[in-house]
Amino acid sequence: MAIKSMKPDRTTPLFGWLLSLIAWGFFFWLARFIRPVASGKTFLFSFSWAPSIGVDLSFYIDGLSLIFALLISGIGGLIFIYAGSYLSGKPLRGRFFLFLIAFMLSMLGLVMADNLILLFGFWELTSITSFFLIGFDHEKEESRSSAMQALIVTGAGGLCLLAGAILLAMVGGTPSLSELMTRGEMVRSHGLYLPILILILIGAATKSAQFPFHFWLPNAMAAPTPVSAYLHSATMVKAGVYLAARVNPILGTTPQWEYLVTGMGFVTMIIAAYLVLISSDLKRILAYSTVAALGLFMMLIGMGTAVALKAMILYLMAHAFYKAALFMIAGIIYHETGIRDAQGLGGLWRIMPITGIAALLALLSKSGIPPFVTFIGKEMVFEATLDSALSLLLTAGVFFVSVSFVVAAFLVGFGPFFKKMPDYGKKIHEVSFSFWIGPMVLSVLGIFWGIFNDRTGRWFVSPAASAIFGDEVNVHLALWHGVDIKLLLSGAAILLGILLYALWGRPFRRMIGWGEDRRWFGPEWGYGMLLDFIRMLSRWGGRILQNGLLHYYILFVIIGAIGIIGLPLLELNIKSLFLKGQSGTFYEIGLVIILLAGILQVVFSGSRIISIVGLGVVGYGMALLFLLFSAPDLAMTQFAIETLSVILLVLVILHIPRLTHHSSRLSRRVDAFFALSIGALITILVLMTAGLPEMGSVGSYFAENSYIKAHGRNVVNVILVDFRSFDTLGEITVLSVAAMGVYSLLRLRQEEKKR
Amino acid sequence: MNQTEEKKKRRKGGRHIASLNLTVGVRYLLPLLIFLSFDILIQGHHEPGGGFVGGIVAASAIALYALSCGPHNARKLMRVSPRIFIAGGLTLALVSGCIPLFVGAPFLTGIWGGSDIPVIQSIGTPLFFDIGVYLLVIGVMMTFLLTLMEDV
Repeated sequence: MAIKSMKPDRTTPLFGWLLSLIAWGFFFWLARFIRPVASGKTFLFSFSWAPSIGVDLSFYIDGLSLIFALLISGIGGLIFIYAGSYLSGKPLRGRFFLFLIAFMLSMLGLVMADNLILLFGFWELTSITSFFLIGFDHEKEESRSSAMQALIVTGAGGLCLLAGAILLAMVGGTPSLSELMTRGEMVRSHGLYLPILILILIGAATKSAQFPFHFWLPNAMAAPTPVSAYLHSATMVKAGVYLAARVNPILGTTPQWEYLVTGMGFVTMIIAAYLVLISSDLKRILAYSTVAALGLFMMLIGMGTAVALKAMILYLMAHAFYKAALFMIAGIIYHETGIRDAQGLGGLWRIMPITGIAALLALLSKSGIPPFVTFIGKEMVFEATLDSALSLLLTAGVFFVSVSFVVAAFLVGFGPFFKKMPDYGKKIHEVSFSFWIGPMVLSVLGIFWGIFNDRTGRWFVSPAASAIFGDEVNVHLALWHGVDIKLLLSGAAILLGILLYALWGRPFRRMIGWGEDRRWFGPEWGYGMLLDFIRMLSRWGGRILQNGLLHYYILFVIIGAIGIIGLPLLELNIKSLFLKGQSGTFYEIGLVIILLAGILQVVFSGSRIISIVGLGVVGYGMALLFLLFSAPDLAMTQFAIETLSVILLVLVILHIPRLTHHSSRLSRRVDAFFALSIGALITILVLMTAGLPEMGSVGSYFAENSYIKAHGRNVVNVILVDFRSFDTLGEITVLSVAAMGVYSLLRLRQEEKKR
Repeated sequence: MNQTEEKKKRRKGGRHIASLNLTVGVRYLLPLLIFLSFDILIQGHHEPGGGFVGGIVAASAIALYALSCGPHNARKLMRVSPRIFIAGGLTLALVSGCIPLFVGAPFLTGIWGGSDIPVIQSIGTPLFFDIGVYLLVIGVMMTFLLTLMEDV
């Protein structure tokens, strides 16, 4: 069946256009909030969901969540159009779009969630949907392991986030983020402040690929390019940045916050900027430069000054535009030429001029050349670092990152188009309109918001920065500040970047150090070691606990049960249970004798069939006992089940060899001992229940309300389908999963036999 | 020669007991047992019974048929794969649980209507929940039995 659905999808790129309407719907709905939010309003939509555990479906829109939500839905719309062409004619396109839409919705939920637990839920949903998207080419080993790596790293971070969120909700007294923002002082002075901070930061760091968790992001480039462009540049990886920004009014401004967040961001930024210089795969170059940008954002959030936060928001906007555009362009190049290595590309300008224009615009934007909004952003970043306490170090770091950004921009946006054309071995065409419209729009937006920088500041930067800062932040953006040190730094970074790009190539890369393939130390190596260790441990545990002998499985379960349930009973006065002298009727005693005879037959018979008959005797005897004690429902079920299980056992027995005693005397004695112990345990438990009052309050409630509230006189059935129907639902789900398990195991065997 | 052919035939039909008495007997028993299982299912809300027992009785009836006429014919009798029964039953139970959501009551609340209907008196979502359990039990049991019987 799976093979049948692998046939290529014959739908046109129109598919992508249609689906993008979902994203546009959200975009335009959100766009209506721009003006009210810019004037200082915030919105809270709340629906009750699980009030008993304090989880509500509450969504909060302020400057920060609005700008993220707009980027997610707007870029999402462009990505859908682009993906429609990129995957045109590929198999399983419907599945791809399903995951992409699910991702977009979870991401929107994440940035708008007001409830911490809700935020965590969406956070995990983005991890899971991104797992499916990264592993979309599931037939490639690389895709599968990268998807797994991303899931494990972000999932582990997600757990830390959950722990941090619960602690934060406990300490702050509410899970609502908008309320917690007013209680920042209380949280910061609490003894649990540092654990909360560290746990939440680990969550943010794994998601936003901060050092030492950065390695999953470049590996996630195994995903189809629309995914990289969407998840790994514009949206998901920014979730960590969003989280850090969101909790800044609650956890920020302390020295611990400043050191941890700024330090983490700074280290990430420097390492990633270096890795950009030594990579040559187009998507990897972009991935590392994304990591560097994320580090930069984190650093700015950690600094926490008004100007740093303004710079962060502005640069984040600019980054979303140019990085998504560059990714899409890298995807176009790969789609047309089949090459992703910067060294093997060139001369595409003459073949695909429109894509070339989009690439050139994105390149200029990434390099930070006026009038792009990136230019203003970079000026502001320099302004923030120059103002800070560690001005020399931070400014030098940002300068290095800027240089590396210029190199990356030229590697992706310039080289493939203007270098000498290599022999591609096939005819290459300009791509269609729906292919280049996405990157083109994004590149043009980069100029647009740079020129109309007054609006940019008023509508987006000021409300968002105020939300992070926790106080009103005034923003006045301008393209021209006069000649000062910031402008000189910007200019020098661009010139140095171009120079490095010109030198880039084999000799330069050999000169500056080790290549990417040397990975025997560093976080990824550690991750691999940890994973190998866990695999070894589970193999070892599996060999002992799950050795394929059913006999041992049952033994372990019994030992476990005795250990957990039996040990606390040791203190019990067992004699007191027996002292209530109870006598049985003739029938009862007769039944018990039959039961015992059946058991002896099961244990001592030499043939399986006779043992099964013995089991049947025991089962039917139990059913008669139920009948004697007026539980007709139980008896009925027991009779039916017993009949069916005898049939089942007979069928199973045909498959197993004849009964032989291959166990030693000793092991049989051990078995007998444990069998008797579990029997004794159950007996004690039954006696204890018999000592309880006839009917507890729950029982009498059920009996009284069965007919009045649930329209049924059969209390047992009413409990099953009404009072406790949720349990029943769980049980029947387990049953069906078990059936699927049996079915697939047996089918697998049959397939093997056929071969 | 003759023997191997018979073996082949048996293998094709899966493992079953080729007895004329049983085959004829089952032909009369099967509809009766299925009817009984319906009865147990429907009356279960007031008298002993319910979807679970009803499902097991129905499954035993089909199992009897499978034992006498072979799993292949049992599949024909069921018309759709037992897995469809499982999926259908689970869906029905879930849907009946979701209906109260539309009138603002919590998930799985029983919604009742009508009165003086013979046997069941009034009709409600728990009845559909029980029918879902019934179908699912048949599906699960027959998945077990038929895959085991076809495993030659």
